[in-house]
Amino acid sequence: MTQSKDMSSAETRGARDVLPRLRPVTADALQERARQLRLDILDVISHAPMGHYSSSLSCAEILVTLYHHVLRLRRGEPGWDDRDRFLLGKGHVAVALWPLFAELEFFPQTWLRTFGQLDSKLTDHPDMHRAPGVDFSSGSLGHNLSVGLGMALAARRRGKDHRIYVLLGDGEIHEGQVWEAAMAAAHYKVGNLVAIVDANGSCADGPTESVMGIEPLAERFSSFGWHSIEVDGHDSGPLMQAFEGAMRVTDQPVCVVARTLKGKGISFMEASPREWHLGALNGADLEQARREIREARQ
Amino acid sequence: MSTMSDPFSFNAGAVESSYVGNLGEAFRRYGEQNEDVLLISPDLGAGPVTGAFVQQFPERFIDAGIAECNAMSMAAGMATYGYKVFVLQMGAFGALKCAEQIRTDLAFSQVPVRILSAWSGLAMGFFGTTHHAVEDIAITRAIPGLTVLAPADDNAATAMLSASEQVPGPVFIRLTDANIHPVYDAPPEITVGRFGRLRDGVDGTIVGTGLGAQLAAGAAALLAQEGLSIRVLDAYSLKPLDEAAIVEAARATGAILTVEEHLVTGGLGSAVGEVLARNGLAVAFAIHGLPDETLTVGMPEQLYAHYGLTIEETAQRMRSLVSGKR
Repeated sequence: MTQSKDMSSAETRGARDVLPRLRPVTADALQERARQLRLDILDVISHAPMGHYSSSLSCAEILVTLYHHVLRLRRGEPGWDDRDRFLLGKGHVAVALWPLFAELEFFPQTWLRTFGQLDSKLTDHPDMHRAPGVDFSSGSLGHNLSVGLGMALAARRRGKDHRIYVLLGDGEIHEGQVWEAAMAAAHYKVGNLVAIVDANGSCADGPTESVMGIEPLAERFSSFGWHSIEVDGHDSGPLMQAFEGAMRVTDQPVCVVARTLKGKGISFMEASPREWHLGALNGADLEQARREIREARQ
Repeated sequence: MSTMSDPFSFNAGAVESSYVGNLGEAFRRYGEQNEDVLLISPDLGAGPVTGAFVQQFPERFIDAGIAECNAMSMAAGMATYGYKVFVLQMGAFGALKCAEQIRTDLAFSQVPVRILSAWSGLAMGFFGTTHHAVEDIAITRAIPGLTVLAPADDNAATAMLSASEQVPGPVFIRLTDANIHPVYDAPPEITVGRFGRLRDGVDGTIVGTGLGAQLAAGAAALLAQEGLSIRVLDAYSLKPLDEAAIVEAARATGAILTVEEHLVTGGLGSAVGEVLARNGLAVAFAIHGLPDETLTVGMPEQLYAHYGLTIEETAQRMRSLVSGKR
């Protein structure tokens, strides 16, 4: 991880600190950052008694592609008005955001060691009033697509070109409010709203399709009036193309269905994603997990 | 001969709707003066509370369709862009169905959304028990970071629009539909966190909210003819509560009756009772409201009579309380 700079220097930053949309980066570099993010996730959770491992690991490439390539941001200035917004509908994987935010100098790297501690700024579900960089709080599944729709409508009304991204879990879309928002977003033809479904195929009770079937996912969103794109959520190249393609759609919301694996990168979690939805890695297991991710380096 | 009825005049013919004129016009004017005012509503925007606004500013009205929860969370997102977002909801469905959206997306997130909770209490009368909104004070006052206001009448309701600007976070405004004994002849000064003192007295105090404030004022006037001097407090600010006014009234008058168009569980009476207990004030105390049971149906004025939410019954309760004190 990079060293944090003095936060007070944010005031003196110039336009060079603006990170534009679709900034040049190779798919390989994103893939490598996602691999490192998996190690970061293990490190951050190690400060808490337990954490949401497998569902954080499934969205590593999605989050890295967004924060290193897609979103317009400003380094060191999380509240910059002209940033694109990102909402974490599946709020339980905030632990995967914190290393990316520290890297963007939204807060010092030292905060990462406070995860799970009393009164920490970094919570298991993101809190907009605690952690800089959180565009809206989440924790109750099913709300954030509605909030994102409100932002998309407000941005359009203000004449801002902001784009709003909302990451949903595939279990989250069991929530009826997601479909209320889906219906309304298509009705209002918001072209600046992108939902990403981290379709990792697993809920807390078992495979998503056995808990409550959601397929065919892309067709369902399409039938609600969305433009749907289906993609391998662990392959950075196609993910980059999917988000670039989403930007060309201007008169309807876009849903990126990212096919992923819950627990991706750690063999025993991939084999038992349900058991590792929430867990505590220690000793030899933690070492094995770290070794597997390190050895995955290309 | 049959007549067409305005689908929003739910209680037409029963109790004269109190805010069809003034609040609707006040909201339109407020919108005219504040271009950042937006309205979101689940298929209710064209009604009397906001119809004039919608007619003048159709582009500032976002119809959410019949999806209350989505309306509430969308409002939260829009408010992050500096808009003054109002959500018009039906009392029975806004607070109950959306309690969690109000807690999580508005109060926890501290966004400046104002909920106009219309057709509160028994206003929907014979439509069915599903349409009574008699648990909403209990729900909303339990939510940290939410301000809960309840105007006593139409003039007070119009004053709440600008008064809500005293609050940086979300505000729940519980509108009464009853117009039995209006207490303000002009929009009053509203200070969030304070009660209005409608009448001074030394023998006892009636604290009322919404319709309850109307009944309190009417009952105190009746009792004055009998020589009883009753203080009347308008509890228009339910959260934060005017704890100082309650304590002072208890000490000065020794008897407190609360009145509300809400269940006796968890509402104004419970809140006042907590204040008395917390301050060790063992005064004569009673809660007048709706019983903790599945309520029946009828036109609002019939229901008010059935459940004793009348000036006469309120006066009788106060009479008993004061005589018990003695």
